[in-house]
Amino acid sequence: MDPATLSLLYLVILMIFLGIELISHVPSVLHTPLMSGANAIHGVVIIGSIIVMGQANDTLSMILGFLAVILGTLNVVGGFVVTNRMLEMFKKRN
Amino acid sequence: MDALLPILYLIASVTFITGLKMLGSPKTARQGNLIAAGGMTVAIFGTIFLYKGHDGLPLHNIEWIIGALVVGTAIGWVMAMRVKMTGMPQMVSFFNGMGGACAALISLMEYKAYGGAAMPVGHSLATIAGLVIGSVSFSGSIIAFGKLEDRIGDIRYGAQKFVNNALLLGTLTIGGMVVAGNLPGFEIILILAGLALVYGVLFVLPIGGADMPVVISLLNSFTGVAAACGGFLYDNMVMLIGGILVGSAGTILTIVMTKAMNRSLANVLFSNFGGAQAASAAGGPAGTVREVSATDCAVMMAYAKQVVIVPGYGLAVAQAQHVCHQLEHELEEKGVTVKYAVHPVAGRMPGHMNVLLAEADVDYDKLVEMEEINPEFPTTDVVLVVGANDVVNPAAKTDPTSPIYGMPILDVEFAKQVVVMKRSMKAGYAGIENELFYRPNTAMLFGDAKATMSSLVSEIKAL
Repeated sequence: MDPATLSLLYLVILMIFLGIELISHVPSVLHTPLMSGANAIHGVVIIGSIIVMGQANDTLSMILGFLAVILGTLNVVGGFVVTNRMLEMFKKRN
Repeated sequence: MDALLPILYLIASVTFITGLKMLGSPKTARQGNLIAAGGMTVAIFGTIFLYKGHDGLPLHNIEWIIGALVVGTAIGWVMAMRVKMTGMPQMVSFFNGMGGACAALISLMEYKAYGGAAMPVGHSLATIAGLVIGSVSFSGSIIAFGKLEDRIGDIRYGAQKFVNNALLLGTLTIGGMVVAGNLPGFEIILILAGLALVYGVLFVLPIGGADMPVVISLLNSFTGVAAACGGFLYDNMVMLIGGILVGSAGTILTIVMTKAMNRSLANVLFSNFGGAQAASAAGGPAGTVREVSATDCAVMMAYAKQVVIVPGYGLAVAQAQHVCHQLEHELEEKGVTVKYAVHPVAGRMPGHMNVLLAEADVDYDKLVEMEEINPEFPTTDVVLVVGANDVVNPAAKTDPTSPIYGMPILDVEFAKQVVVMKRSMKAGYAGIENELFYRPNTAMLFGDAKATMSSLVSEIKAL
């Protein structure tokens, strides 16, 4: 296995533990916004769709790419806005 | 200049980690969400303007990319702003499905770009995994969305487990053969995507509507993994970190949720909960239920010292949270102390009830968590249970054969008087009889939560 792949694997393992650590002690009151926030963060998949769209040359790839970027944006924008709306409800009183 | 994009990605990754951490505490949650959103914006625009492919060329089609961003932002914004607070879980599910579909499309295009030439195994593995996981997440999320919208029912049949497992096995086998290079051709990729889509549908169909939050949380972590596959494809650190982080955090969140229901993940996904009915029906509770009128109930509450309201799924369905707040207000006018007892899994998702009541302007201090309210029940005059059932079922403490045995519940039966507001005598989602309804200190108030609450409000006003 080449060193680049190996360091990627190290990163993956560390991220798995970090993810577990970040979530483990959260009060259940916040589970819904937390799920929604995490949902927005995996919208980072949009970066991949931008890259393939930016390298697409034929019509079919263009159409698929255009669609992929729209869907990814929906995930990002919808995810963050919905989370923000939920958390606004908690903020009002503090 | 070439070093700038990796630095932007590094910044974005740090905002994701910080944002997720801050989302875990009520004080910092909102800020955390905004920080992560800021990092995402940096990553997106950094990619559009600074990304260079292996050939050293910048991206083209920029106008189309920006166009798609504008369209997606407009639709996403409008949908997210319009959705009612009660509809949040299905909205999250929908957006999650979009992310899954995006990941699947990326894999399709990546395959197409290779034009039939052999891919390195690692590259091919990431592409196929992204395609399969993304597709399952997409179709599964859409079914979950439909179930929460009450448009899709639970579909169960005899050989279901067998069919599902066979389909999963088939999908994985074909996927494995493609990765190994035994099955060339773009058509086979499309078939694989189709199989994964069908599996997503069949996987979610038998699971009950009340268990959807767990499913959504699980599919959420699936999409995270699919996004991370894209990170492997393009050696893109921010996708890898964001994806894996959500994949792992989402898995833990799923497990924490099932624990709050005192069940295992396998139990939620593969055992059709309704099956437990027969066992508890055999020892069904004896006795009769006592019905109470709205007028009597209003009098009881108005002359009580302390009233505790237990809001449940039924309150959310009837959209009765605003009337509930009004009721609380009227009772306080009469000098009654009103509190809300919120069970960790009340509503459609853990914490969902808190969001709903907060929306209706209920004071955050009035929402009392289970551990703190339980010792107060013996000194409470009236407990009003609104559309909750399993979370107040004493069988969880007394009946080892009950499917919910061991689940922590609200000890409402110790209150002087319990009034249960329900549509009918039908059992809760778990299909378990509730002995509480037959207790001498329990009275039933039948009807739609919203309508009944409104009449309670006007009765109390008239007193």
